[in-house]
Amino acid sequence: MGLFDSLKKAFGGGQQETAEEEKYDAGLEKSRSSFGEKLNALFANFRSVDEDFFDDLEEMLIGADVGFETAEQLTDELRDEVKLKNAKSKDEVSQVIVQKLVDIYGEAGEGEDNSLHYAEAGPTVFLFVGVNGAGKTTTIGKLAHQLQQDGKKVLLAAGDTFRAGAIQQLQEWGKRDEVPVVATEPGGDPAAVVFDAVKRAKDDNFDVLLVDTAGRLQNKVNLMKELDKIKRVIVRELPDAPQEVLLVLDATTGQNALSQAKEFNQTTKISGIVLTKLDGSGKGGIVLAIRNSLHVPVKLVGLGEKMDDLQVFDPNKFVYGLFKGLIKEEN
Amino acid sequence: MAFEGLSERLQKALSGLRRKGKVSEQDVRDTMREIRLALLEADVNFGVVKDFVKNVREKALGAEVLDSLTPAQQIIKIVNDELTATMGEAAVPLNKSAHIPTVIMMVGLQGAGKTTTVGKLSKYLMDNEKARPLLIAADVYRPAAIDQLKVIGEQLSVPVFDMGTGTDPVEIVRQGLAQAALQKNDYVLIDTAGRLQIDEQLMTELANIKDLAHPDEILLVVDSMTGQAATDVAKGFNERLDITGVVLTKLDGDTRGGAALSIRAVTGKPIKFVGQGEKMDALDVFYPDRMANRILGMGDMMTLIDKAQKNYDEKQAQEVAEKIKENTFDFNDFIDQMDQVSNMGSMDEIMKMIPGLANNPAMKNFHVDPKDIAHQKAIVYSMTPQEREDPDLLNPSRRRRIAAGSGVPIVKVNQMIKQFNQAKKMMNQMYKGNFSGMEGMMGNGIQGRLGKMAMNKMVRKQKKNKKKRLKTKHFHS
Repeated sequence: MGLFDSLKKAFGGGQQETAEEEKYDAGLEKSRSSFGEKLNALFANFRSVDEDFFDDLEEMLIGADVGFETAEQLTDELRDEVKLKNAKSKDEVSQVIVQKLVDIYGEAGEGEDNSLHYAEAGPTVFLFVGVNGAGKTTTIGKLAHQLQQDGKKVLLAAGDTFRAGAIQQLQEWGKRDEVPVVATEPGGDPAAVVFDAVKRAKDDNFDVLLVDTAGRLQNKVNLMKELDKIKRVIVRELPDAPQEVLLVLDATTGQNALSQAKEFNQTTKISGIVLTKLDGSGKGGIVLAIRNSLHVPVKLVGLGEKMDDLQVFDPNKFVYGLFKGLIKEEN
Repeated sequence: MAFEGLSERLQKALSGLRRKGKVSEQDVRDTMREIRLALLEADVNFGVVKDFVKNVREKALGAEVLDSLTPAQQIIKIVNDELTATMGEAAVPLNKSAHIPTVIMMVGLQGAGKTTTVGKLSKYLMDNEKARPLLIAADVYRPAAIDQLKVIGEQLSVPVFDMGTGTDPVEIVRQGLAQAALQKNDYVLIDTAGRLQIDEQLMTELANIKDLAHPDEILLVVDSMTGQAATDVAKGFNERLDITGVVLTKLDGDTRGGAALSIRAVTGKPIKFVGQGEKMDALDVFYPDRMANRILGMGDMMTLIDKAQKNYDEKQAQEVAEKIKENTFDFNDFIDQMDQVSNMGSMDEIMKMIPGLANNPAMKNFHVDPKDIAHQKAIVYSMTPQEREDPDLLNPSRRRRIAAGSGVPIVKVNQMIKQFNQAKKMMNQMYKGNFSGMEGMMGNGIQGRLGKMAMNKMVRKQKKNKKKRLKTKHFHS
């Protein structure tokens, strides 16, 4: 049974929507309207299944930041599928395409682990990495709040000693969340801060340590080496840590997202992605691209400015949100 | 470097054309497909790509191309012209108010780089116009955004006006402007909070600030890594605020920067500056024509020359020239030169501006460790003054001492001396206007010629300086 069928089963039968789903829905409103509307517009202009139609489809996918390669691959598969099912009428074609899109999306994510992992004993360490302005500090601030609410003892490490005001920014979050922050003077050695933080997490029995790092472009060799060093410091002190290395990715990023994931993965072996600013991107496609070409699971998504707008990523809910209108029509 | 991927692809597409004498319609079709893919892969908005390719195809299919003697050149020219036309013909300077202060307002999404750009732009204005700017911290939402601006203000010795996070941004701007009037600041830069173009409430706030401050410049700050969304963002901000220009940030990454094309195409507003690094002086004027050249793999020689001219202190240049003439180019000058070069930017950045190197696949993994220059300096500093002036003194025993003194292996010392001798030889040649032996470096064809032209220009400039210097010397004696 493909994802499409399970989705239909799960969401189609007049089931009550939970508050969480509504939240997802609201956050993704822009994404969905772009994706769904574009797909609908495409079908509305549909006359016959010809090359022009598939060209338009490909363009629509590219327009949603799916990425050129993924778009081409999807279009090829859809072309075959439509031929195979011998779909001719508008409804048939649209159904085949939506179903195939959902299934492809599901396949690429098979065996994907979207949950955050915590240490069985001792402190859990999450290391946050990413380019400048992706939203690392904000993500940490929101996550710390949520973990704190869950009754966990949380510690933050201000590993961004470079950017002006970065330490204050994390300290401000610490104040709001009522969570201690380990920090040093601006310009200090980030690895030393992280060392102190890990030590304190161990000594004072903290449950979770969230490590902030300075934003760095993935092609800056020396800065990437610094990140490697930070990770080494953590591993030396806590061999099982960090339990998660999370790449924070701005959802409005285009094809450079792939390069970011590749380079950061090489340096720090990322275990998951935090997709931020998803509420404004208007493009759900980046999730598809990440799945298809990176095979790194998205673990958290930022859907808004408020504290609880950082959510655990649920791929089924996401795809449901993306194709919601389209799937319901067929029921 | 920006657009590198684009130039690679376009060059690949056009290299087929370059080899042939005539271009068939099929060739044009194939080329257009490559161009389309290259632009899409570079994150240029697909709508923009469609128009662009259509325009180029129409022009390329015209009889003049197919019948002309050098069709390949014609297509390159058409693509180049079209790129330039889309991105604007020439660099657009900042708007300036007739009366002080000139008010500049930064707007954009979260994390685009507004605050950093405010800092860079004030440094740029101080360096180039001796400006006395006042920065207004109107981002009351993001934690510590005000602190960030204050730290930057401290670094640059620029006053920052803030009222904490408890006041309405519009009121902050009102009082900030009053203070600027009092202190007679000639520039006021307003840092606003990042926001989504669809956030009605926050966009209204910006509109209110605009109505109050009547900014001469509303600069939309955009992350150059932005994907297809760039058009929506640009459109959203432009429709609401009628922006006057764009700053493209983080262009020193490996992004292809197609957003530049998209934004320009949908708003028609000029890109005025590009941010290319973490340091406060890493802000450059955006030259659309040069950027178009860069896309075509011509390298950005003009930018390099500009940088060289600005950084190369004339007096030092004269001294070097004099020494070369006397053939006493020594280690002191070598270090001097290295300092000058490193002032121009990071080494890999400069290398990539040289035509032929920009999209040389071998350059992909080329990284210059900034420490290399430091090491080389350490070697020179371990020499005695005599040794520095007379490199012929350096026998193996002295070399061993230098290696120990500078803490590098002796191989490095030998390498460095070899490099020095090459530089010495090259400086002499260049001075005489002889470029043989450097041909390979510049590449062939148009690229090579452009490169040589650029080199010639640099040398001519140097000679001119020297003549000037000799004249003044004569006058004094």
